[in-house]
Amino acid sequence: MATTERNFTTIVWDLFCSLKLTLFLLISLALTSIIGTILPQGALPPEYVAQISPAKLQIYSKLGLFDMYHSWWFITLLYVFSLNLISCSIKRLPHVFKFISEPQFVLGEGQRNSFPLKKEISFSGAVEKANERLTEFLGKEFSSPVITEHNGEFHLFAQKTAWCRLGVYVVHFSILVIFVGAIIGSLAGYKGFVTIVEGSSINSFEGRSGQKIPLGFEVLCEKFSVEFYPTGSPKEFKSILTVTENGKPVPGYSQVKVIVNEPMTYKGITFYQSSYGQANEGGAHFISVTPRGGGIPEKLTVQEGVAVTLKDGTVFKLLEATQEVRQFAPGFSGPAARVEVMRKGAAPQTFIAFKNFPEVNAQRGDALIFGYEGTNAKQYTGLQVAKDPGVWVVWLGCTLMVIGLGIAFFMSHKRIWVVVTKGHARMYGNASKNQAAFQMQFEDISEKFHDIKI
Amino acid sequence: MTSSMLFNITTFTYLISTVVFFAFLASKNKSLGLAGSFIAYAGLIVQTVAIALRWKESYDMGVGHAPMSNLYESIVFFSWTIVLLFAYIDMRYKYRIVGAFVVPFALLGMAWAQLGMNTGIEPLVPALQSNWLLYHVITCFLGYAAFAVACGISIMYLIKTAVEGNDSSAQAGGLMSLFPPLKVLDDLNYRSIMIGFPLLTLGIITGAAWANYAWGTYWSWDPKETWSLIVWFVYAAFLHARITKGWVGKRAAWLSVIGFAATIFCYLGVNLFLSGLHSYGSSKM
Repeated sequence: MATTERNFTTIVWDLFCSLKLTLFLLISLALTSIIGTILPQGALPPEYVAQISPAKLQIYSKLGLFDMYHSWWFITLLYVFSLNLISCSIKRLPHVFKFISEPQFVLGEGQRNSFPLKKEISFSGAVEKANERLTEFLGKEFSSPVITEHNGEFHLFAQKTAWCRLGVYVVHFSILVIFVGAIIGSLAGYKGFVTIVEGSSINSFEGRSGQKIPLGFEVLCEKFSVEFYPTGSPKEFKSILTVTENGKPVPGYSQVKVIVNEPMTYKGITFYQSSYGQANEGGAHFISVTPRGGGIPEKLTVQEGVAVTLKDGTVFKLLEATQEVRQFAPGFSGPAARVEVMRKGAAPQTFIAFKNFPEVNAQRGDALIFGYEGTNAKQYTGLQVAKDPGVWVVWLGCTLMVIGLGIAFFMSHKRIWVVVTKGHARMYGNASKNQAAFQMQFEDISEKFHDIKI
Repeated sequence: MTSSMLFNITTFTYLISTVVFFAFLASKNKSLGLAGSFIAYAGLIVQTVAIALRWKESYDMGVGHAPMSNLYESIVFFSWTIVLLFAYIDMRYKYRIVGAFVVPFALLGMAWAQLGMNTGIEPLVPALQSNWLLYHVITCFLGYAAFAVACGISIMYLIKTAVEGNDSSAQAGGLMSLFPPLKVLDDLNYRSIMIGFPLLTLGIITGAAWANYAWGTYWSWDPKETWSLIVWFVYAAFLHARITKGWVGKRAAWLSVIGFAATIFCYLGVNLFLSGLHSYGSSKM
C-alpha cells in the first residue's frame, strides 16, 4: 500500500513540476479568456437577454460565463498555474543554486569536445609560470580564475554573471507577487461610483454591488464644466472639488481640479473624473418669446417635458436642453434646447432654439420667435471612487517581472576554462545564452591569448 | 512638403521594395536583394521624417500631440517599427531574404492607412491626454513589430520544411538555397520573440499603470486587455515550448504564426468587432 501511495504522490508531484502542464495551462488560459471578450460580462444588457434563449442563458449563467474571470473554474486554473510555478521552482531552484555556488572548476574530456569555442597554444616555459601568466591574463581580459589541479592538468576556471541563471525564477516569482497584490486589492480595497451635484457634497458612495460605503470625510463639488475643441470633440471634463472634514475644508484639498487623467487622492481614496450630466430636480429653463412683428419679448420659465400654453393658445414644450450644443449641432456652440411648438390648429413643429444665435432663431417658428436663455439647473459630476492597498504590491511584481525578463533574455552566464599541461594551454568557452555575441568576445580574447609569451 | 505627401511616398517606396524583393525571390539575383533592402531603408527614412513632420504639424494646428492617437497613426507607426526591426535583422544577421516576408506587412499597413482611413490630424480626447500614451503605444507597437518579423520568419520556416521535407537533396539549388538554414530561421524566430515578449510585457504594464491612474483600476478584463493577455499567454507558451522535447521546429513556428494572428486580433479585431475601453470614437471619457 505504502508504495502505491508514494507512487501517487510522486505522480502528482511530477505532474505539477512538468512543463507539459505549464503549456496546457497557458494555452487553456488563452483559449478560455476569449469567451469573456465575446459574451457580455457583469450586468447583462436587456437587449442581450431578450435575444438569447432562456435555456442557453441558464446554462451560460450556471457555467459562470457572464462573470467568467471570477468564476470558480477560471480561478482554479489560475491557482493550478500558481502551484505549477511554485512546484517547478522548488524542483529546479536547488540545482540552479548549486550550479552557481559550486561552479564546475574542472572541464571533463567529453565537454571539451562538445564546446565549439576553443583555442590552443604551445609554450616552452614552466607550467607554474604559465599558470601565473594565464591567471593574470584572464583576470585582465575576463574575470579572475580559480586554479584546480586534476589528473596532472591545471584547470583555470573563470566566469561572469553566473547569477543571471536566476532571471527566469525572478519572472516566475514576480507573477506570484502580482497575484498577491491582486488578492490584497480584492480583500482590502473597494471600488465604486458617486455623483455630486454642483454646490452639494457627499460623505459616502455606492460600491460595486450597490452597498453604501462611508468615506469618513465629505467631498464638495464646487463646479463642473466641459470644454470643447472647435471641431466639436470634447477637450476637457473638469470638476472642482473640495474635501471637508467636520464642516471645515481640509488644507491643500480646497478647490482641487480633477480632470480625466488627473485624479485626486485623499486618505488613500482616489476620485477619478468619469461622467457628468444635468441634475434633474428643480431645474428650470428660461425661454424668450418675441413676436415676429416686433414688441416686448416675453420670458417663460419652463420645466423639461412639461407643456405650457401661451397667451395666443400656442402650446410650447421643452423636450431637452444642453449647455453645449456643439456635439449635437456642428457649427453651433453654447446652450440650446430642442423644443416643440404647436400653434392652434396646426401640426407640431420641432426645432432647436439657441442662446447665442438669435439670427438662427429668427428663421424658425411662425408668428413667434423662440430663444433659449439658459437654465438654473445644476450639473452633476460622476466620479469613480477606488481604494486599492494592493496596487503597490502589483507594481512591485511588475518591476520584478521587467527586471527578470531583462536578466533572462539579455544576459548570459559566460564561462572560460584554460586547461594547462606541459607545453600546452587550451582555452574553452561557453555561454548559457546568445552564443553569437559571446563568440565575438571569445575570439577577441583568443587573439590576445595567442600572443602570450610564456 | 506635407507629412501626408511623404506618407504617400513611403507607401510607394515599400511597394517598390516588395516588388524588388519578390523579383529577388524569383531571380536569385543578389543585387536585387541589396536593392530591395536599400529601397526599404529609403522608405524608412522618408517615413521617419513624415512622422516627425506630422508631430510638428499637430503643434502648428494648436492641438499638439505625438502622432499615435488613432487607428491611422498607430498603423503608420506599426509599419515604421516593422521596417525598423527588419533593418536591424538585415544589418545584424545579413539574411536579406527575410525582407520578402516582412516588408509586405509594412506595405499592407501603409496601403490600408493611406487608402482606407481618415488621415486628418485630430485633437486629443481627454482620455488620451497623458504622457502614458507615448510609453504605452511605443512599447506595444515595438512588441507587435517584433512578432510580425517572427511571423514572417516562421512562414519562411514552414515553407522551407514543406519544400525540403520530402527531398532533402533539393536544398542544393533552387529557391530554398536563398533561405537561411532551418536552424538559423528557428533561432531568428526565437530571437525576435525574445525582443517582442519583454516589450509586450512592458506595453501591458504601462497600459495597466495608465488605466490605474486614469480610471482607478489596473485591470478590468476589458476586451483589449484580455486579448493582450491572450497574446502574452501564447508567446509564454512558445518560450516554454522551446525547452520541451517535441515542440521545437515546426510546432514552434506554428505557435509563432498563431501568436501573431492573436496580436493582429488584439490590435485590430478588438476595435473592429468588440467594444470596450479602447473604442475612442464613443463619448466615453
